[in-house]
Amino acid sequence: MRHIISILLENEPGALSRVVGLFSQRNFNIETLNVAPTEDPSLSRLTVTTVGDDRVIEQITKHLNKLIDVVKLVDLTEGNHIERELMLVKVKALGAARDEVKRTVDIFRAQIVDVTPSLYTVQITGDAGKLDAFLQAMAPVGILEVARTGVSGIARGDKVLSL
Amino acid sequence: MELLSGADMIARFLQDEGIEYIYGYPGGAALHIYDALFRQDKVKHILVRHEQAATHAADGYARASGKAGCVLVTSGPGATNAVTGIATAYMDSIPMVVLCGQVASHLIGEDAFQETDIVGVTRPIVKHSFSIRHPSEIPEVLKKAFYLASTGRPGPVVVDIPKDMTAPTERYEYVYPKKVKLRSYNPVTRGHTGQIKKAVEMMLKAKRPVFYTGGGVVTGKASEGLTDLVKQLGYPITTTLMGIGAYPQSDRQCLGWLGMHGSYESNMAMHHADLIIAIGARFDDRVTNNTSKFCPTAKIIHVDVDPSSISKTVRADVPIVGPASSVINEMISLVQGHNVAHPEALTEWWEKIDGWRADREGKLYEPSKPGEALKPQEVIEALCRVTRGEAYVTTDVGQHQMFAAQYYKFDKPNRLITSGGLGTMGFGFPAAMGIKQNYPDDDVVCVTGEGSFQMMMQELSTCKQYGVGVKIVNLNNASLGMVRQWQDLNYKSRHAHSYMESLPDFHMLIEAYGFTAITVNTLDELEPALERAFADKHELVFLDVKVDPFEHVYPMQVPLGAMRDMLLSKTERT
Ligand SMILES: Cc1ncc(C[n+]2csc(CCOP(=O)(O)OP(=O)(O)O)c2C)c(N)n1
Ligand SMILES: [Mg+2]
Repeated sequence: MRHIISILLENEPGALSRVVGLFSQRNFNIETLNVAPTEDPSLSRLTVTTVGDDRVIEQITKHLNKLIDVVKLVDLTEGNHIERELMLVKVKALGAARDEVKRTVDIFRAQIVDVTPSLYTVQITGDAGKLDAFLQAMAPVGILEVARTGVSGIARGDKVLSL
Repeated sequence: MELLSGADMIARFLQDEGIEYIYGYPGGAALHIYDALFRQDKVKHILVRHEQAATHAADGYARASGKAGCVLVTSGPGATNAVTGIATAYMDSIPMVVLCGQVASHLIGEDAFQETDIVGVTRPIVKHSFSIRHPSEIPEVLKKAFYLASTGRPGPVVVDIPKDMTAPTERYEYVYPKKVKLRSYNPVTRGHTGQIKKAVEMMLKAKRPVFYTGGGVVTGKASEGLTDLVKQLGYPITTTLMGIGAYPQSDRQCLGWLGMHGSYESNMAMHHADLIIAIGARFDDRVTNNTSKFCPTAKIIHVDVDPSSISKTVRADVPIVGPASSVINEMISLVQGHNVAHPEALTEWWEKIDGWRADREGKLYEPSKPGEALKPQEVIEALCRVTRGEAYVTTDVGQHQMFAAQYYKFDKPNRLITSGGLGTMGFGFPAAMGIKQNYPDDDVVCVTGEGSFQMMMQELSTCKQYGVGVKIVNLNNASLGMVRQWQDLNYKSRHAHSYMESLPDFHMLIEAYGFTAITVNTLDELEPALERAFADKHELVFLDVKVDPFEHVYPMQVPLGAMRDMLLSKTERT
């Protein structure tokens, strides 16, 4: 099953490489990885999506928790949560396709953020499934470049991941 | 207020931390630190002849004493030479702090002379690592390093120290930090009481219980408690290689050790058990054999201070995260005043175990006949007699290691010092050196093989410099015996590069360093040679014992089989 694990990490040089290294060292899989500072300058928030059975996920969270630089950790998929990813896509927009792309962008509630005579740059946010669906819809038109941030997430309701 | 340079802070911190010996080797990036060590006399620096030996010596000391060992190396090749020793300590959860010199901060990343990203290189084999970014951090970082290395599940910690951090011209305030603040590290101090109660209920109701305990009991200093608990219940106990001695092996309840080359009765008892009480052991592949066939009828209680060890390879029915000592003590108080539920089943269980014991009695190996080469097992049995089972025994890796563990009887923890997890040839001799320096009045013997000894034999020079009186018993089978055994069993005896064709004359080699060497060829020479070797506690003596090169280590579990599937000799199997 796919899991979204969110981590508060010491904002120290080398901390990220310990997390990433752990995954390769122990043969765990990383689907997406997203990391940025938080409101507390001493902490980064890192979100990783990974796939594995219960035993593997248990090992992943235990080993992550063992890292000295990992301050707090939550498996968001254990509860209700919000999952978002941002994607920028350059798609071909020539002739009849120009309108077609525009319509699809509207259907997906995406935005065109840059325009040239031959292409659109589209910005879209949503869960990974929505982004995948958008790419599928655009494939016949011609996708030129894709930049995805990787999944970020947060628990629904009163639950807060903090110190 | 005291102002000190970074280098002086390091020397001063080591004094304040109570470090007596530091093992190391100098070089450019570490020279400020070396100068600071030179100008004091409380911390004694031992100059090894290879950085790997420094780590093994500190490791040996740490295993024997339960305190963190300390190492100092220079950048680049000094640090990379230490890598094998760091990995060895990591795999066996040994507390160690390794101080590595590094090129000056402004050169980092420029491929400067002797620059290696040692924090990067060692990342998967350390508990944690630090890079010093300002000299004023040194006391706090070192305190954290020692604290992390020696608490929770212990392990090695690397501290990378760029040369400019130790410059004599820059001075900062030094205060020895008495406390450590680490917001993300709080090792558990006790297990969950509800889980412990549940475990004890199962223990009292068991019909075929076995204790299976490991290195965690030794490093967790829980041997006494374990012995009490096991004696109170009257249950059989088997230990891992790393757990040997945590329960006295001469006691009837001890079945020896288990796994690939464990005793027949240990492996049989594990296979037939209905309850396994695992404490400080990690169900590794050298113990479990094929996990899908592992102990088919047993429920499993697993106590470990490291939650990631629990249910890693074998699912625990009752997981208990906590230090062995406090969990065991709680178990003792819960067991007290209660009787086991099925005494008659336990009597039957012991009858079965005694039957397995009797099956193999007197058949473990064939003693040598007059005129034939000595059997390595005979040598270890004689060594155990001569040292009354009280020596610190370090080993290298190979057949001799297994024979030492099988035929020396250990009644105390921390006495068998062996590289179990990584299996590092070259470990034994420097480890013995580290122990002997700290326990000069005890017998310290390294049981080695001619292959392993040649990996670290340069340390003879260190022993000469510091007058270290270790004893070395070289089980010389003129081959990489363990490799050869596998080739006999799996490659139709094609001995690809397991034969040592050009061995040195060990006698002359040892004498070149000014030490005593004794060559032993026959059984009647053996005991007198051992008596002679151990006559003077402070003299290094090397016994070159010529043993049967065709001997195999048995029992040996059959690959992919269950615990009970074993070869018992060249011709028998279960
Ligand atoms: C550094 C290292 N290299 C290779 C091995 C693989 N290995 C395991 S046992 C062994 C043979 C050891 O020979 P020796 O020290 O003579 O011991 P014996 O088995 O003959 O008693 C080898 C090569 C190892 N464990 N460590
Ligand atoms: Mg050999």
